[in-house]
Amino acid sequence: MGGSDNRWVGLAYVAPYVVGLLIFTAIPFGASFYLSFTDYPLLRDPIWIGLQNYIELIFHDRTFHRALQVTLTYVFITVPLKLTFALLIAYVLNYKLKAIGFFRTAYYVPSILGGSVAIAVLWRYIFADIGLVNMIITGLGFEAINFFGDPRYALFTITLLRVWQFGSAMVIFLAALQSIPAHVYEAAAIDGANKAQTFFYITLPLITPVIFFNLILQMVEAFQEFNGPFIITDGTGAPLRSTYLVPLYIYDKAFRQFDMGYASAIAWILFAIIMVLTVVAFWSSRHWVYYAGDKRS
Amino acid sequence: MTSLANQPQTLLEQARAHNARTRRNQMISTVVRYGILAIVGFIMLYPLLWLVGASFKTNAEIFASPSFIPENPTLEGYQRGWDTSTRWNFGHFFLNTLWIIIPKTIGTAISATLVAYGFARFEFPFKKILFATVIATLLLPNVVTRIPQYLLFRDLGWLDTYLPLWVPSALAGDAFFVFMLIQFLRAIPRDMEEAARVDGANTIQTLVFIVIPMLAPAIISVCLFQFMWTMNDFLGPLIYISSVEKYPVSLALRLSLDVTEAFQWNQVLAMSALTLAPSLIVFFVAQRYFIEGISTGGVKG
Repeated sequence: MGGSDNRWVGLAYVAPYVVGLLIFTAIPFGASFYLSFTDYPLLRDPIWIGLQNYIELIFHDRTFHRALQVTLTYVFITVPLKLTFALLIAYVLNYKLKAIGFFRTAYYVPSILGGSVAIAVLWRYIFADIGLVNMIITGLGFEAINFFGDPRYALFTITLLRVWQFGSAMVIFLAALQSIPAHVYEAAAIDGANKAQTFFYITLPLITPVIFFNLILQMVEAFQEFNGPFIITDGTGAPLRSTYLVPLYIYDKAFRQFDMGYASAIAWILFAIIMVLTVVAFWSSRHWVYYAGDKRS
Repeated sequence: MTSLANQPQTLLEQARAHNARTRRNQMISTVVRYGILAIVGFIMLYPLLWLVGASFKTNAEIFASPSFIPENPTLEGYQRGWDTSTRWNFGHFFLNTLWIIIPKTIGTAISATLVAYGFARFEFPFKKILFATVIATLLLPNVVTRIPQYLLFRDLGWLDTYLPLWVPSALAGDAFFVFMLIQFLRAIPRDMEEAARVDGANTIQTLVFIVIPMLAPAIISVCLFQFMWTMNDFLGPLIYISSVEKYPVSLALRLSLDVTEAFQWNQVLAMSALTLAPSLIVFFVAQRYFIEGISTGGVKG
């Protein structure tokens, strides 16, 4: 055979992916866009109704407005908090500590388990009226907080659940921090930079590509949060829909009320928002993300 | 003369003083760092510790004190929780989960390896576009494709079977794994493969005898992540699996929450602890693969 590879050999290897891509991603993607312009109660064929779903959603559907507002609040609080925490701990860990492996493992455990039903169940017990957190709060002499009864706090328990899983982002940050060569820090020390200066002017700029990567990943994920609120609130998004994220609404419309057209339209609005934010992030990355050896044409 | 003799000494002293100061600073820094890490670590792991402790408590004791140590340890929660309120016990649901995980993981490992090999080692028509779709799929929110996928599986008659959970993964549907293996493969030099090809091996032989052994740690990472994610997966089974007989543990646990919630806290907590056990064990046995996998590919979670 030697070097005379048939140019179709590679295509044969990726064939399973191409088939899967078409059947399970590309066609459903198009179909979902089409369905978003239809009325489709599952029991009969979809009927084209043009922009009606979107008009209803954007101008009239108060449940949707509420869900969207909750979702945006959730994403804009959770993602920065999680990333800051992950970076902070990675920074503390990135030092000649003997126990670095131990702590890295310990902090990673919640990331492994956090998506599970069991942890969401645990969260219910921890933040219940008489749960673990309130036992500690009242033990310290403060008044118990009704986490799941008070709309001001309910969403924050979900945020805490996801921030608790900062481990995977931390491991990525840590790998990036460890790849910064020592001589960079030595040079900064010789120039008389203090710790804060070194962090903000040397460390942070050097790891911006990884911050960017984590930001996109976490944002896309946060917009799709489902398990946490669904299990913690029995799918109701209680109290007063303060944890009723858009994916819960999509689930209700699609798989409880079988209103497939309307649900598709909600999914597309959510998708559009994620896309716009991703594009903004990519566009702005030119101004704040530093790539080593980048020639910047 | 004296001044000349003195000068090096002063410099030496200064240097010594400086070193001592640096060493003291370093020590303080180490202590502070360990302190922060230990406190944060304790707060983070306490919920898990409490879960395990509470699962051995009596119902009366669970919400009596924030301590995780049971005063009167009992296995009641495990025994009664294991029996469930359905006709099946938890063992049945564990076997269901296993029956979802094993074919899915094998399918993922095989398809992702083939596809990554294709992308990393060959030139072929539409390669650039196809690789771009891998990245796009990686970022594509599943929420957009879920409804048509459901309709597709309904038309295929696959609802209430495990096929919707198996087949997409067996066709390299989890773009993250493909991407991760491509990244690994790109870092492996091609010399050995080229030597094998010169000796007359075909591409399949090269893949099986040269590439896969070198790629093994990465493939193990893929299997481990798929194991964890499938173990945790809730939405997939929730949408596709309707008969209780076929429930995986994630759905069974939610069911027990609905049915026994009233005052049987220890049953729910015991089964929660039990469903976390496989993932925890696998993680501790194989943690090196996780950390490597995630540092190379970057992972959600």
